[in-house]
Amino acid sequence: MDISFALTGKGYVLIAADTTAARSIVKMKSDEDKIKVLSPHLLMAFSGEPGDTVQFAEYVERNMRLYHIRHNHELRPPAAASWIRRSLADSIRSRKPYAVNLLLGGYEPRERTPHLYWIDYLGTLATVPFGAHGYGAYFALSLLDRYHDPEATLEEGLATLRRCIDEVSKRLVVSPGKYKVKIVDADGVREVEL
Amino acid sequence: MSIMELNGGSVIAMVGKDCVAIASDLRLGNQSLGISSNFEKIFAMTDRVYVGLPGLATDVLTLREQFRYRLNMYTIKEEREIEPETFVHLVSSALYERRFGPYFIEPVVAGMQKQPNGSFKPFIAATDLIGCINFAKDFVVAGTASTKLFGVAEGLWEPDLEPEDLFETIAQTMLNSVDRDAFSGWGAVVHVITKDKVIKRTLKGRMD
Repeated sequence: MDISFALTGKGYVLIAADTTAARSIVKMKSDEDKIKVLSPHLLMAFSGEPGDTVQFAEYVERNMRLYHIRHNHELRPPAAASWIRRSLADSIRSRKPYAVNLLLGGYEPRERTPHLYWIDYLGTLATVPFGAHGYGAYFALSLLDRYHDPEATLEEGLATLRRCIDEVSKRLVVSPGKYKVKIVDADGVREVEL
Repeated sequence: MSIMELNGGSVIAMVGKDCVAIASDLRLGNQSLGISSNFEKIFAMTDRVYVGLPGLATDVLTLREQFRYRLNMYTIKEEREIEPETFVHLVSSALYERRFGPYFIEPVVAGMQKQPNGSFKPFIAATDLIGCINFAKDFVVAGTASTKLFGVAEGLWEPDLEPEDLFETIAQTMLNSVDRDAFSGWGAVVHVITKDKVIKRTLKGRMD
């Protein structure tokens, strides 16, 4: 079961996702990257039905790239979120829907604002200050209610994120061992060590 | 697990004296897990026609986009803004188009209807998820707290309330009803519509 968290801070969005690829009760891989870089200022964590996840994430990734090439400008976070939501909303009423849940984090350089969107496989889109998918949500959201600060520095944001991961490791029966954390801010996208 | 109760949320509209009010809660959940406390369900269609869309959250967004499209087409063709009564029929036909695979939304419409003599009359209506219209003279309710809203509104509402009194009535009805419903709440928003202005107020509510 995939776990992903995301939170906003002062001028950045942090996204974390576990790195296990499991099939039934077996861990097949422990360094799987479940956070895609969609454009220079856009990150997307994806989880859900294996197969659908990668297929859909790559479909989104290539379309974002196509937009960038055609218009010489990356799609802004709200526009990207709307497009992705619409893709999932159309998909859920199709013969073979994608079962993919997403956390979309972006940064708008011109307005200097971080954006975070919680999107599920039905095409539900919510603008949130922090969000989580999977079993981790049941542990992390209450912690984030208490500790999240939209004006937090990167160090404070990482500390809050660490709290969430530690809590899941402590209380969840089948907790994953490793997480990958990525950040998007004015400088673009990069991976950070916890 | 009912799909109408998956995300939670409620809407109510009331008639006053030369005004109407429409209110909703702000919760978006996944069954019992709260996701967002700023998920608005009421949208302005014109300056004096508002629609509330409680139900499945993905369809809230899809229908808002579809109504915006259909409304733009209407405005371009007719070269005038739509009246609330006409808009309800537009909503109804949009929903009935999906009769055997519906959008899981029960819309509530509130607005000021222009009369032939140029004056305005308050108008409210609601439909079910396949577009059966309910025109009401007093108030309409929809969403997961609809049963409670009916009860409280029945007790508090009276005819010919002035805008400020109507605001108080609808706000108290909303806040007290959603406190008895686990799937609605987390704050509320109220729009009071009169012929020349709309007042939007965001209410704090219990966060449990």
